[in-house]
Formats: sequence, C-alpha cells, structure tokens
Amino acid sequence: MTKSMSNHPGTVPGVDEMLAQAKQDLQTGVGRSVKHESAAKQVSGEAIYVDDRLEFPNQLHAYVRLSDCAHARIIKLDVSPCYEIPGVAITITAKDVPGQLDIGAVMPGEPLLADGTIEYYGQPLLVVAAKDQDTARRAAMAAIIEYQSLDAILSVEEALEKEFFVSEPHQHKRGDSQAALAGARHRISANVHIGGQEHFYLETQVSSAIPTEDGGMIVYTSSQHPTEIQKRVAEALGVSFNKIQVDMRRMGGGFGGKETQAAGPACMAAVVASLTGRPTKIRLPRMEDMMMTGKRHPFFNQFEVGFDDNGRITGYDMKLAGNCGYAPDLSNSIVDRAMFHCDNAYYLGDATITGYRCKTHTASNTAYRGFGGPQGLIMPEIIMDDIARKLGKDPLEVRKHNLYNSMTGTNGFNQPLGAEDAGRDTTHYHQKVEDNLLPEMFAELEHSSDYHQRRQQIRDFNASNPILKKGLALTPVKFGISFTATFLNQAGALIHIYTDGSIHLNHGGTEMGQGLNTKVAQIVAEEFQVDFNTIHISATNTDKVPNTSPTAASSGADLNGKAAQNAAHTIKQRLIEFAARHFSVSEQEVRLANNHVLAGDHILPFGEFIQLAHFNQISLSSTGFYRTPEIYYDRESASGRPFYYFAYGAACSEVVIDTLTGEYKILRADIIHDVGASLNPAIDIGQVEGAFVQGAGWLTSEELVWNDQGRLLTTGPASYKIPTIADMPVDFRVKLVENRKNPEDTVFHSKAVGEPPFMLGISVFCAIKDAIASLADYRISPQIDAPATPERVLWAVEAMKSSTDRQSAKGGDA
Amino acid sequence: MIKFLLNRQLQVEESIDPNMMVLNYLRYHTGKTGTKEGCASGDCGACTVVLGELSSGTDNGEDGQQIVYKSINSCLTFVSALHGKQLITVEDLQQGNKLHPAQQAMVDQHGSQCGFCTPGFVMSLFALGKNKQNPNKADIEQALSGNLCRCTGYRPIVDAAHAMYELMYEPNEPDQFEQLQQQILQQLRDLRLEDQQRSQEAILALGNKKTFNPRSIDELASLYAANPDARLLAGGTDLALEVTRFHRDIDTLITIGEVDALKQIQVTDSEIKLGAAAPLSQCYEVLTADYPDFGALLHRFASLQIRNQGTLGGNIGNASPVGDAPPALIALNASIALRQGNSRRTIRLEDYFIDYKITARQPGEFIEQIIVPRAISNTQTTSPFRSYKISKRIDDDISAVLGCFNLHIEEGLVKTARIAFGGLAAIPRRASHCEAALVGAPWNKSSIEFARSALAKDFDPISDFRASKEYRMLTARNMLNRYFVELNSPEVATRVFSKQVVDFYQPCLPSSAEKQPTSTAGGSNHD
Repeated sequence: MTKSMSNHPGTVPGVDEMLAQAKQDLQTGVGRSVKHESAAKQVSGEAIYVDDRLEFPNQLHAYVRLSDCAHARIIKLDVSPCYEIPGVAITITAKDVPGQLDIGAVMPGEPLLADGTIEYYGQPLLVVAAKDQDTARRAAMAAIIEYQSLDAILSVEEALEKEFFVSEPHQHKRGDSQAALAGARHRISANVHIGGQEHFYLETQVSSAIPTEDGGMIVYTSSQHPTEIQKRVAEALGVSFNKIQVDMRRMGGGFGGKETQAAGPACMAAVVASLTGRPTKIRLPRMEDMMMTGKRHPFFNQFEVGFDDNGRITGYDMKLAGNCGYAPDLSNSIVDRAMFHCDNAYYLGDATITGYRCKTHTASNTAYRGFGGPQGLIMPEIIMDDIARKLGKDPLEVRKHNLYNSMTGTNGFNQPLGAEDAGRDTTHYHQKVEDNLLPEMFAELEHSSDYHQRRQQIRDFNASNPILKKGLALTPVKFGISFTATFLNQAGALIHIYTDGSIHLNHGGTEMGQGLNTKVAQIVAEEFQVDFNTIHISATNTDKVPNTSPTAASSGADLNGKAAQNAAHTIKQRLIEFAARHFSVSEQEVRLANNHVLAGDHILPFGEFIQLAHFNQISLSSTGFYRTPEIYYDRESASGRPFYYFAYGAACSEVVIDTLTGEYKILRADIIHDVGASLNPAIDIGQVEGAFVQGAGWLTSEELVWNDQGRLLTTGPASYKIPTIADMPVDFRVKLVENRKNPEDTVFHSKAVGEPPFMLGISVFCAIKDAIASLADYRISPQIDAPATPERVLWAVEAMKSSTDRQSAKGGDA
Repeated sequence: MIKFLLNRQLQVEESIDPNMMVLNYLRYHTGKTGTKEGCASGDCGACTVVLGELSSGTDNGEDGQQIVYKSINSCLTFVSALHGKQLITVEDLQQGNKLHPAQQAMVDQHGSQCGFCTPGFVMSLFALGKNKQNPNKADIEQALSGNLCRCTGYRPIVDAAHAMYELMYEPNEPDQFEQLQQQILQQLRDLRLEDQQRSQEAILALGNKKTFNPRSIDELASLYAANPDARLLAGGTDLALEVTRFHRDIDTLITIGEVDALKQIQVTDSEIKLGAAAPLSQCYEVLTADYPDFGALLHRFASLQIRNQGTLGGNIGNASPVGDAPPALIALNASIALRQGNSRRTIRLEDYFIDYKITARQPGEFIEQIIVPRAISNTQTTSPFRSYKISKRIDDDISAVLGCFNLHIEEGLVKTARIAFGGLAAIPRRASHCEAALVGAPWNKSSIEFARSALAKDFDPISDFRASKEYRMLTARNMLNRYFVELNSPEVATRVFSKQVVDFYQPCLPSSAEKQPTSTAGGSNHD
C-alpha cells in the first residue's frame, strides 16, 4: 500500500489523488509551449529594465560627447566650460581613467575615451556626469575640442587595396580551385557589396554603477556578457575582478549589439562612480547609440565560380572582405564565420576561401545575429541564381544539384545517391556534414508551398501585368552551431532548492527576449518534475555564476541548459540516494513525477520531500558545468570540426515589385525550420519568425548611409527603417521540422535557434531578384547589392530593361 | 496650471517645464516607468500612451457625450496637451491581478519577447479595442504600424489583436474604463467647466518658458499678435523634435488644440473646410469620401499615433519640403484662410510656400482653415486625383518623393492639369512645365513622354540618405506612366498593395487562439 508521509493530513491531497497526479505528464516541462517567464510583467509595465531601477538621492546621469570627424589628432580638449553649467559633478577624459584605458574585447585597440587620436566619427571623447541627462549633455557640448584632421579610409575597397587590416587574412582551401575553374564548362564571376545592419534593440545601451566598499562596484547593465563587463570595469578601475559585481536581469533586445559593446557605457558609468563616489547611470540616446556603437559588418565579396551543365559547382574562389571598422572587436571570428558559411548548404568542389579583416575609420563593427555567417552564406545563394539564369534553369533545380548529401543517403533531389554524388558531404574546412536534413526539407517545402504551381501562376501574372512583377525563391540555410573560439563553449549554473520546495535558478546566460530563462527553467522543471512556476530565475549575476561566456552564437540554451541540467542532476542524485536510504528501497524505485516523489510504495509532494531531505541534512544546492565535447579547429591547416552540429532551415518567399519605383511587398513566406526536439515550440517559432523578418529587413529596407566625411546619416528610426507590421509577409506559414531529434547529445536533443533562421530572409532577396529577372525572361541575373532598397531594385529593373532592349535591337539587326 | 486625470487621479501641475514631454513627465516626475523611451522621436512607438478626451462635434459622438481614446507618442507630446484630458498608461490597464484583454492576449499569443516595445503595443491594442468593434486586417495594421518590434516579426502581435477581441467579447465583461465611464465622463466635464473660468494667462510657466492654451479664435489671434515670436503648437509632432532631437528651448508655445473652432470640419456642396487643428485622423474620412487616393495617402502618413496628434494646419505650417499633405492639397487647388489679429485673408496653398521653411505667413498670422474644393460629383467616374508616395519603407516613412496628379480629361484631351510634388525641391510645388506639356495635348503615351521630359525643367532634386537625385527624378517621371495606366486601365494592378494583389480588407481571420504553433516536435520527440 502506498503511504503518504505528510505531517499535515488535513491540508494535502490523499494518496490516491497524489498517485493520480503523479501518473499525469508534467504540463510545463520540456517540449511545452510555456509562456515567456516575464510576459505578464512586460505587458503590465512591471518588468524592470536598467533605466527603470529606482534612483538614489545622489544619483548622477552621464552623457558622452562624440567626435565629429572620422580621423584626426586632438590638438585641444578643454573641458573647463563644462563646469560652468550648474549641476555638473565631473567631466572625464582619457587621462582620468584610473586603470586601463583600452576596453578591446579580444585584442586591444579600443580606448574607452579617445586618447589623442580620433579614429571614427562618433568616437567617445569625454563624459560629463550631472544631476540629469539634459544637464550633462549641455555641459558636454560646451567642451572645446580642436582637431587636426587626418586622411580617413572609409571604404572597404580602399582598405582592401591598401591592405589596411585589423588582423591577418585567413584562408580555407580544398583541392586546386584555380585548376578547377580553368577546366570548368561554365564560369561566372562578380563583386557584391553586402550591407551592414543596425541592431536597433529597442532599449539602447544602458548601465548603472554603484560604488561599494573596498573600491568595488555593482554594475547593473543591459549586456549579453556580464563577465566581459566585469573584466572591463575591473581593468578600467584598476581593481581585481572579484571587486566587481555585474547584475543583468533582462535586456530590451540585444541581437549581438550588447555582446562586447555594452562595455563602453558600463566602464564610463563605473569610472565616474568611482571618481565621485556617487551612483552613476548612462543611457545612450538613440542617435548617440547608433553613431557610437558598431553594427553588422558590411562585406565586399568577390567570387569566381565554375560549374557543369547541370549547374553543379566544380570550382569556387571566394574573397570575403569584412569592413571591421576602426578596431578588431570580434572581427576575427566574424570574418571566420563568414568563411565557414560561404558554402551554405552546398558542396563546393575545389575551393579557396579567403577572408580579409579590413580596417576603416568607422565605428568598430561587432557581433550581430549570425555573426558574419549571413554575409558569407548569402554568396552561394546569389551564385545559385546567377548559375540558373546562365543555364536557363529554375534556381531551385540548381540548388538541388549542389546540396550536400543527406544523412539518410540521398542527394539534393532526395533521391538515392548516384555515382556522381559520392563524397559530397564534406565542407571546405574539412568537417563532415553528418546530419543533413535539407533534401527532405526541400522536398517537403516544395510540396507544402506549391512551388511549381505558384511558379507557373507567377509567370502568368507577370505576363499580364505591365507594372507589377512577382518573384519566388526557395532557399536553404545550414548554420554551424558552436563558438568557433572553442574555449567559449562552456557554461555554468547554480540551483538552490529551498525547504518549501521552491527552486532558485541561475545560469550564465542572459535573457534578451529570446526566452532563454524560460527554456532553462523548463529543463530544470523537467528534471525535478515540478511545475514551471516552482522555479524562480533571478538576474544573471557574476556573483552567482562566474567566468561565463557571452549569450551569443545561438548557444544560450545548448550551453546553459546543459549546465543547469547538470546542476539538477547533482541534486537529484543526492535526493534519490537519500530517498532510497530513507524509505529502504533501491534507487531504481525512486522516481520524481509531476510534482511528486515516489519511493517504492511511498509518495509525497515534492515540497514535503524536500523538507524531509533538509531535516536529514541533504545539501539542496549545487552548481553545474558543461563544456561542448568533440569540437576543435586547427588554424594552421584550416580544418577541423568547429561546429558540434548544424541547424537547418528552408524558406520559400514570394514578393511583388513595382517596376516604376522599385518598391515591393512580401506576399507569402513558407518556412520549415529544424530545431531538433523543440524545448518550447512557441518560443522557437517566435525565434524563427522574428529572425526571418529581421533577416528580410537587413536585405531590403535597412540601409545604413554614411556621408563622405564618414558621418553616419541614418541615426534613428526616422531614417533607418526596420520592418514594421506591414512588412511582415501577408501570408506567413512557419513550421518546425517534426520528428527529427538532434542526433548529438544536446540538451533533450534540441537545437540552437537564435541565429540560423535569420538567413531564411535571404529568400526574400532572391525572390526580389527573381521578379526583376522576369523582365528579361529569366536569362539575365540582376546584379544588385544588398540591401535591395527600392532604389537599388529600380536601377536593376532599368538595367534589365535596357539589356533586353539591346538584345531585341541586336535581334532586329540580325 | 494644468489639470488632467492621471488615469482616474486628478493631477494638478503648476511648476513643470512647459517644454517637458509626457514621457519624461511619466518616467521622471511620477515614477511610472512602464512607458519606455525607444527613440524620443516618435518613430518607434515604445512610448505609446492613450489619451481619453471628451468627444467634440467632429468626433463620432455628440459633443461631450463620450470619451474618445487616442493612442499618441508620449515622447512628442508636450505636457500642456494633457490639460483637461485623461492620460492612460500601461500600468493602468490591469485590474488587481487580472490583466486587461490587450495585455492577456499579448501574453497568450507570445507577443512579448524582450518586452521593451510591449507597453507601447499594449496601449495601441487597447486604443484599437476602444475604437473598432470588428477590425479587419487593415485596421489592425493601421493601429500597430507606428509600433516597432525587433523581436517577434509581428505575427504573434497580430494574433494578439484578434485574441484580444475574443477576450473582450466572450466573457462580455466590460473593463474598468467602461464600468467607470460615467464617473470619468463627469470628471472630464467638470474639468471642462472649470477650464471655462480660467484666465488667459499662460497655462504653464517656468523661467522664460511658457505655454498658452487659448480657447477661442479671438483669444488665439490676440495672443499671437501680442507674441509673434511664439511657436504655434498644432499637434506638435514636428515641433517637439526641436526639443527632443535638437535640444532647443522653446520659450513661448501657443497650443491651438483647445480652440474648438479650429477643429471643426465642414462639408458644403462645393468645399471641404478643415480646421487647422483638426487631427489628421479626423480629416481622413471627409477627404477619403471625395478623394479616395487622399485617404490612401493619409494611411501612409507617418503612424496612427502621429496622425492622432498631428494636424493638417501643422503639416502646412511647418513648411517641410517633404510634408505629405501639401502636394496633395496643392494638386487639389486647396486654399488656406489666414488670420492675423482681426484681419483675415485667403490665399491659394501653392502661393503659401516661398522657399525652404519660408512661407507667406506674416508674424502673428496663423492658419485658420484649409479649404479643399469638392470632387466634381456629376461624373460617374471616381475622382482623377492620384497621389504616389515613394519611400524606403511602405509604412511610417518620410517620402523620398511624393507626387500628386489631378488632371481633367475630356474627349481625349487634357483640359486642365494640376501636378504637385514634394521631395523634389525646397518646397512642395507644382510642376508647371510638366503641366504645360499636358494641357491641351491628347491624352496618350506620347504626351506622357513629353511631360516626362518636361519634369527636368521643373525640378533639380538633391541626393540624400533617402534617395539619389536620379532616383527621385526617374520615379517622379514614372508616376506619369502609372497615372496614365490607372486612369485608362483601372483594372490593371498598379501598386504593390493593390487590392488585386493583397486583400487587406478581409474581415478578421478566425481565432488564432486555436492556431497553436504547428510544431509537434515537442510532444513527439521527448519520449
């Protein structure tokens, strides 16, 4: 007979009821569409962001004055006028930083405040702290600054030509691409500019520093990388890391922009707080944020490709030049990732890929969702279209001819491998593609999106519409998951169970809206078999989990989820051992199920069992740690397994363009995306949809414009246009791949989801080009740089019209 | 002193900076931090709040009989605009622990990720729920296109809009604003009554800065004559940028929004008379009735939040080269009634703009009315008026070029032509060479070609980050071709958002609450 161990028989359910409950599935564990843990607070305005925190009576607000030239020597920097404004507490320049001035994340080169030389338009020069932000700004603008201007390099082409680099080029090589190109049946080559992208997190960079005893500092920040903030603040103040505590509850969006570049404002606030002894907050106004911080790297890519009559690539030569801005930041890894992804989903044959890290006098470009991947990955998609036009084939067919073989032994047409398909499963950096799902995903999407029928409908539409033209494109994504800086693939977590059974969870990841906290809590809920609501996640804090990696590279749930799972396992094992001992049963007879603990014939609610464990002196707290196994990359030979696994996706987009203006609209998008076994389908779909729209924005309306002085002109949402609600596809159909667990031992066999679907937006770019190509009966591939703004589309339309005019003129002569 | 309701609490403010915006008032003065600053320029919607005000004659209700709810950008709204109104913020929607349908729907549909734009969306949804009984897709887009979200891709937010209505109607439980409507109405009426006793002194004053809220045209006229350096606040969505973006102090502000006569909209047999302070969102209906394409243009005019505040008078008054209404009004041969002290005059709008930000308006003179001729109603066809707005992004973007065409064609000949452009010159103005090329010419393709080349004599546009001069000129010329097709072959789809291409006007989709994520990966894969 099963016994209840309750001390309070009147207040708890009876044994039968508990047994009945324990037989049911946990409703809020892994795989459920649990709602975002902060949603209710966010919709009611209760969720606290850094700028919403209560202020202190002696609070200071800081404002940073930015340079207004791109490259110069500072010959005069007089801050005395700043002090004439009432309410000013302090003005700091480079010489006032007590510790290390450089805040470069991986390599030096980024002074917190300009130290004699200006290297970009918008570089921080000085910080004023005052009673409010407006006073600080007025005072900062009163400083007198004189420059001696120097020649600036503003274009990536010039930097490439002059070999003006932030670090050395790197090359991937397989076979002899020159020979392959020479022997190819067909060849094409072109140069393409791929535009950058402003993160446009809705919450701008913000940090608030509060001095503590011992010369330390508590820093509340909006950052994807609290440990980075801790290190940079400690160095700037000249104190050891253990004096600095960084607290990060949530960001109002990050997208990579708060991985390293949150450090500047945090250090400014901390230096002011340290020098004045007063709590100091700095929140960048939108314009200053956009001028001062880096963006997605613009790239200038040059390629030559050889292919056979089917359009299958045999030789591939690609030069990728990333515009890194004035400092290295994370550019090495970003250009690497562009190189790693310039195959996207295709076997390249003999290939030479060279990545250049160009230095320009612009803000130091930084991480942005996809981390260079998109700028590389778009290239083969452009090439597939070019090949298709040249051969007069449907681009989808060319793509299929080039896909890597699948895990089930099929080729891109999802047919059994023929002799000509053998060995097409290794990347140009010599990692085997072992789990490719794309052939079957292509087949499914081709069917579910009615690709061929719509292709015909579009031809009909275009034939009968003089002004509007429609386009269609189906493109894949294969994205490598892991930090390519291998050591970063580690994470920690901390779990406390309190004696009422409630659980406190911390991990090293940060919540920026992506639902990481929700997923990690679901993992812990699943492990302990308790309701999601039992678990409380508080701010990510360097006191709780030390030496963390950034929440980046889509790795948040993979790494921190595993670390939390490991912490849970440790406690769970103690609990199971205890229960076995206590109830005199074997460990196999102890089971946690839906908020209850069963031990042989005994059953009791989780909370009571925890209390029992506590009375029996069982430790209810544990850390957890995880490192990704099996990955390595040898830079010398440019080969290895930099990625633990790949995530896959495919999108089919239809657009309509206006041939009189170049304007367009996304009419329909069908997406199928692979997240392994989803930890939370609603959150994953939210990531896929959001990434797609953001990716489409990158390639359409989001245009960064600088003037010839290196000044960014698009410094706010009035001039920089991210998608609005009217820009989402009119008909939007998103589906996760079913029944395909991650074959690797990831947390509950899920896959990372943050970045991969971003590149599904490339289908929109290709669909726009498809619509333009219709003007020349799909025989000419439009040459168009990204983003495809209406203006660029119109010029491509004009080029298409004049080339057909020329052709028909030629035809007339013949 | 200004008096208003902070939700239901009467708030009296005497010594606050007249240049303060409602957003800063909320965050720094009242400690209500639920409303967020995303851009401080009225372009992202994170700061959206809702104003409740007594209905006036131009609203759908009887004067003072209803509360009209409008979403606005608090970052661009001077505090003085709160006077006599009810300010509702995201903190005010919840009742005890129960979320408002606008909030609950966002939670249920996973419409909130990072959450920073969320309070703004919630407030826009709340206003939508108050203003539309049964919205179609276009209504939802209209309500939300002034709110940027960088995380979700918007689908779950659209679903939340649908789900909100189910939560509103299914339990049929009125929210607290409905339950307490009579009480709030009374409070607002009391404020209005009390306001009638107010002196003509500045309503707010601090240091050199002061704001006047005149209540009648005569009061306004004498105030402005006495303070010709004052800035007229007619919505203020552009003027506020001088404070928030360019950090200038505005010493004297005269708000024209409380002058009822300036908010009147009258339609006679021959004219549409629009008070200079009538919000754009209210001009929409009368203009659309005669000139459907004017309505289409107003749909793309900034965002609903801006249109709820912004006025035609302001859009003309600030004389921006890229204002959206002036080219349309010039093409329609609109005129404006100006007043200075006791003297009045009426001039054609095309004569109003002289050079960049220079107008025919004299010191102390203000726009009373915009007078638009009615569409000729004796023809069977719809008005030949067309407007073409070109921008990098379709919604909530500033025009690179705006062209408006109004040709009268009879028996194959162009009788009259009014063609006006914005974005091609320092002022919005007519394309006289282009018009001349058409008037008297046969309505055919070769005349269009001729008119296209004539445009080069009319304009020499500039290049900026919105577009190059070449693009501006080419698209301006291409508009003529589009106009030709639209007038001659109305069945041809000519715009990317044409009904033939996209049907936005379908009624609401069936509940998306049933449409849980399509994945089954979760359930089936975790065994």
